Amino acid sequence: MLKSPHLLGIKDLDEESIQLIVKTAREFKEVLNRPIKKVPSLRDVTIANIFFENSTRTRLSFELAEKRLSADTINFSASGSSVKKGETLLDTVNNILAMKVDMIVMRHASPGAPHYLAKHIKANIVNAGDGTHEHPTQALLDTFSLQEKLGDLAGKKIAIIGDILHSRVALSNIYALKKQGAEVRLCGPSTLIPKHIQSLGVEVSHDVKSTLAWCDAANVLRIQLERQQIKYFPSLREYSQFFGINRAMLEELPKEIVLMHPGPINRGVELSSDAADSPHSIILDQVENGVAVRMAVLYLLASRAS
Amino acid sequence: MTRKLILSSPLLEITISRLCQELIENQIKDVETVILGLQPRGIFFAERIAKELSKHLEKAPSVGKIDATFFRDDYRRRETVSPNSTDVPFLIENKRVILVDDVLATGRMVRAALDAMNSFGRPAKVELCVLIDRIYNRDLPINADYVGMSVNTLPTEKVLVEWTEQGHEADRIWLIPQQS
Repeated sequence: MLKSPHLLGIKDLDEESIQLIVKTAREFKEVLNRPIKKVPSLRDVTIANIFFENSTRTRLSFELAEKRLSADTINFSASGSSVKKGETLLDTVNNILAMKVDMIVMRHASPGAPHYLAKHIKANIVNAGDGTHEHPTQALLDTFSLQEKLGDLAGKKIAIIGDILHSRVALSNIYALKKQGAEVRLCGPSTLIPKHIQSLGVEVSHDVKSTLAWCDAANVLRIQLERQQIKYFPSLREYSQFFGINRAMLEELPKEIVLMHPGPINRGVELSSDAADSPHSIILDQVENGVAVRMAVLYLLASRAS
Repeated sequence: MTRKLILSSPLLEITISRLCQELIENQIKDVETVILGLQPRGIFFAERIAKELSKHLEKAPSVGKIDATFFRDDYRRRETVSPNSTDVPFLIENKRVILVDDVLATGRMVRAALDAMNSFGRPAKVELCVLIDRIYNRDLPINADYVGMSVNTLPTEKVLVEWTEQGHEADRIWLIPQQS
């Protein structure tokens, strides 16, 4: 049983809850491989997916997870809604809840938006990404995918490479990995690594080759140009020269490592096509596991209602 | 009130052997029989049944484990039980399925298991085999086709089944007072 009725971030989740979600996700993955991939658990639950920011994977993944659990779903995206007419977040959500909705899955550009909602409304809230802050279900599906490959993550060496500064995936993953006792090393240009990030117990490197040689798994992140108001590096071409990963680099390594990416990939920038499509890559496994993990989160949170 | 032993060796082996004779008697010509043990505790009994059946049959029946947690009718009404693994490495389409559980009480788990089973195909026939039938405890119109032992229990009592596979020193079935 989860301790909180919401999933706002990994920061507030203890290790026991992380493992409970992963264990439950493992059983849902089995469900997803049956001839009939649906269970009736959430048949009396209505879930609203509220997306104030663009999303492909996360939104589809949540929606599929909800449908596989037999929940009723409604989808809302900020463009084309009354948000454009000046309605506040709380008013928008309260209006949705007035239609007897039990759970809210929300993505918002402002860090802390789901935490604010959780203080003011009664429904269960799942954070599907809040600005540059956290993306808890991504970190949970990364944990699930890593555990499938590496087993228990205690003592394992995980590298997170790329735009750490703007990445909610990085922060949620750091929390999740540290809670499980993994060693974490961040790698990227110094302008894209937040100051004082070492206080979370992680190492920092600016050399991709030595980081790849060190790690058991590398989680490669996208350069988030849409969040960069100023130039953090001279050009994408230069970034790709210094921090891009290709197949040859992976094959030179003394051991085989696991290559991950939360998507969307900018092919040729952080990852070359031959690396992204190499046998090292578990990028599509991550997407498959995403549905199972989100089913587990929704199943465990909905059980806390009533 | 203390615990009371209701079934143990050698009567347990005799019971399992008798149940298997009944299962063999009711075989359907040209229809394959498969066994599905209900998680969490029916799986041990299912393995015993399969082992005993294999002594008398040319081909040992396939055994699967089925977990009905996601199909329970008390979700959001009671504290959630965490799921166990389901492992059905075969399709049940047009087969004779023997659902196996250790104890039959309210029948609600069997109802959930029947639903869970549907995800794996449409069986030719489904039968229920239980080690202990707690008569007069049913909430649903469900009865077992094969019963190891019928016991009349109080609502304040619980049947506890211990298998050596779980780390117990012997196979024993107890009647114990329910902890409140």
